[in-house]
Amino acid sequence: MEDIIISTLQRAMVAGTPLLLATTGEVICERSGILNLGVEGVMAMGAVVAFMVTMTTGNPWLGVLAALAAGMMFSIIHAFASVTLQANQVVSGLAMTMLGLGFSGMLGKSYVGKPLSIKMEDWVIPYLSDIPWLGKILFSQGPFFYIAIFLALAAWFFLEKTRLGIQIRSTGENPKATETQGVNVFKLKYLSVITGGGFSALAGAHLSISYSKSWIEGMTAGRGWIAIALTIFALWNPARAIWAAFLFGGIFVVQYLLQPLGISPNFLAMLPYLATLLILLLISLKDPKKLNAPAMLGEPYKRGER
Amino acid sequence: MIKIKTTDRYNITTLRSFMTNILSLFAALVVIGIIFLIAGVNPFYAISEIFSGSFGSFYGIKETITKAIPLILIGAGLTLAFRAKFWNIGAEGQMLMGAVFATWTGLTFGEALPSYIIVPLIFLAGFIGGGLWGIIPAILKIKYAINEVISTLMLNYICAEILTLLIVGPWKGKTRFGFPGTDNLPDSAILGLIPGSRIHYATLILAVICAIVLGVIIYKTRFGYEARVVGENPDAGRYAGINFLKTSLILMAISGGLAGVAGVGEVAGIHHHLGYPASISSGYGFTAIIVAWLAKLNPLYTIISGIFFAGILVGGDAIQISLGLPAATVEIVNGTLLIFLIMGDYFLNHKITLQFSFKH
Repeated sequence: MEDIIISTLQRAMVAGTPLLLATTGEVICERSGILNLGVEGVMAMGAVVAFMVTMTTGNPWLGVLAALAAGMMFSIIHAFASVTLQANQVVSGLAMTMLGLGFSGMLGKSYVGKPLSIKMEDWVIPYLSDIPWLGKILFSQGPFFYIAIFLALAAWFFLEKTRLGIQIRSTGENPKATETQGVNVFKLKYLSVITGGGFSALAGAHLSISYSKSWIEGMTAGRGWIAIALTIFALWNPARAIWAAFLFGGIFVVQYLLQPLGISPNFLAMLPYLATLLILLLISLKDPKKLNAPAMLGEPYKRGER
Repeated sequence: MIKIKTTDRYNITTLRSFMTNILSLFAALVVIGIIFLIAGVNPFYAISEIFSGSFGSFYGIKETITKAIPLILIGAGLTLAFRAKFWNIGAEGQMLMGAVFATWTGLTFGEALPSYIIVPLIFLAGFIGGGLWGIIPAILKIKYAINEVISTLMLNYICAEILTLLIVGPWKGKTRFGFPGTDNLPDSAILGLIPGSRIHYATLILAVICAIVLGVIIYKTRFGYEARVVGENPDAGRYAGINFLKTSLILMAISGGLAGVAGVGEVAGIHHHLGYPASISSGYGFTAIIVAWLAKLNPLYTIISGIFFAGILVGGDAIQISLGLPAATVEIVNGTLLIFLIMGDYFLNHKITLQFSFKH
């Protein structure tokens, strides 16, 4: 019994890792006032690029870097459409999803179903990993787990404590006022969208080269959309995103735990999506003023309209 | 030194709007051509294959019209929702729910009833199924401030699982020899086809009527006006006493309902039984978003844009076979067209002039 609980929690951490990466990225992006609904597409791009490069070079870290670069470059499309051309961000994000899923399907066509023999070694933290229970769950995980938590904390520090981070946040709250203070609002929005894209691509890389060690079309399975919901649940705070993401990781894993009990696998597969709705329902009971949503989220900003 | 100056454009003519769309589509085609080139395919050949596959032959045209039916129905419904800035991304799920309701009705009452009763009945059932699935996100948005993009998408996944659960479990047909899927609908519930084609004409006529009626609703009725105000100027709408919940419920019942009707057409007109979600809809709910956008959110124009995108779906199938391209190619084409269409809006709404000034 103890083993089952430990291994379930361990897997919940693994399943929560891509959600944490993508949610952190979306928080940064939305804080600048830009809604990016293309997470699912960027994630798929990251997944396929990481897989292809890892398979070809034999080095997973090169795969990670390539995914990062691909995700950031791909996100420029959304930044250009929504920042420079002030296009409708909802529709632009949907187009990004279509493009990302389409390109990833085209690029990865000859890689479908090929297993990846290269394994990323777990980072077993000395001494800490000997702690009963916690050691196995938290301190003997794959590299992505630690990277995701580190990046979430770093993003929190960046947004709350650094000058640039505060400027990004005020861009999402009141771009006009921010611009009058001599800040280049367009540049910050670009920066945030591109950074967010990089995070989503990392999430995809984790899925293909660490989590499932294979590539199939549509393997992101709505995780990008769940990350967008988690951004709201985390109240646009990367530190809160940590536990939100791992809670959802648990929901992804619990289906495998319940399957032997004879519950329909189709019903269990619904759980993450049902839970997403439930969690948004819970958060709506909160006072909307305390939700912390960036005031100008999704609103196109016209420069020079002072 | 060259300066780019942009000014807002206020009087936008239909002609300018139309030309902008045409230019956006053309620009998108150029980019799609470049993508084909990189993929190692002759772009001129590929693009001409898409259009000759869909519009170049009698068979192609028949297939294009068949696929245009769900796109027009869903696209027309989406124009209403999008006008109210209700971002319904859940047409895929609403369509499947319509198919589920229609299948149940057809299997339960079909044997005993003549065609002229059961066919309207399954269409009604599909409309109700899609409409009910559509009003859930409307309630969630207005009552609980839940973002409809996320809720409609989550409901897509949930509906697909419900449908699969039904066809592998309680609804699995005896005639399927253990494979997932319901039994075929009784003959009386099956829609007639135009001979020699797969065009289920009842749904086609319904789609055209719905597009026209929706046009009247949006431009000529008080409800249509209210829906537009909810989208364009919610503060004014609140001030004028518009009931947001009522308006959203009605428009999502219509938008979802029409998607449900599209689902009925696919089940009763083409497959004759309920199978896996991917077999009932090849992403019509998502393609219809671009259909609505290309129609500039005017339901009447979805008849044309629906046929255009049906052509791309059919042509996309054709080049998959003839050029060995993956199924994802259609998604790239769709995504590129959509992003260029929304980028084109900038040039529609802004006047861009180059100013030359010489500094000493």
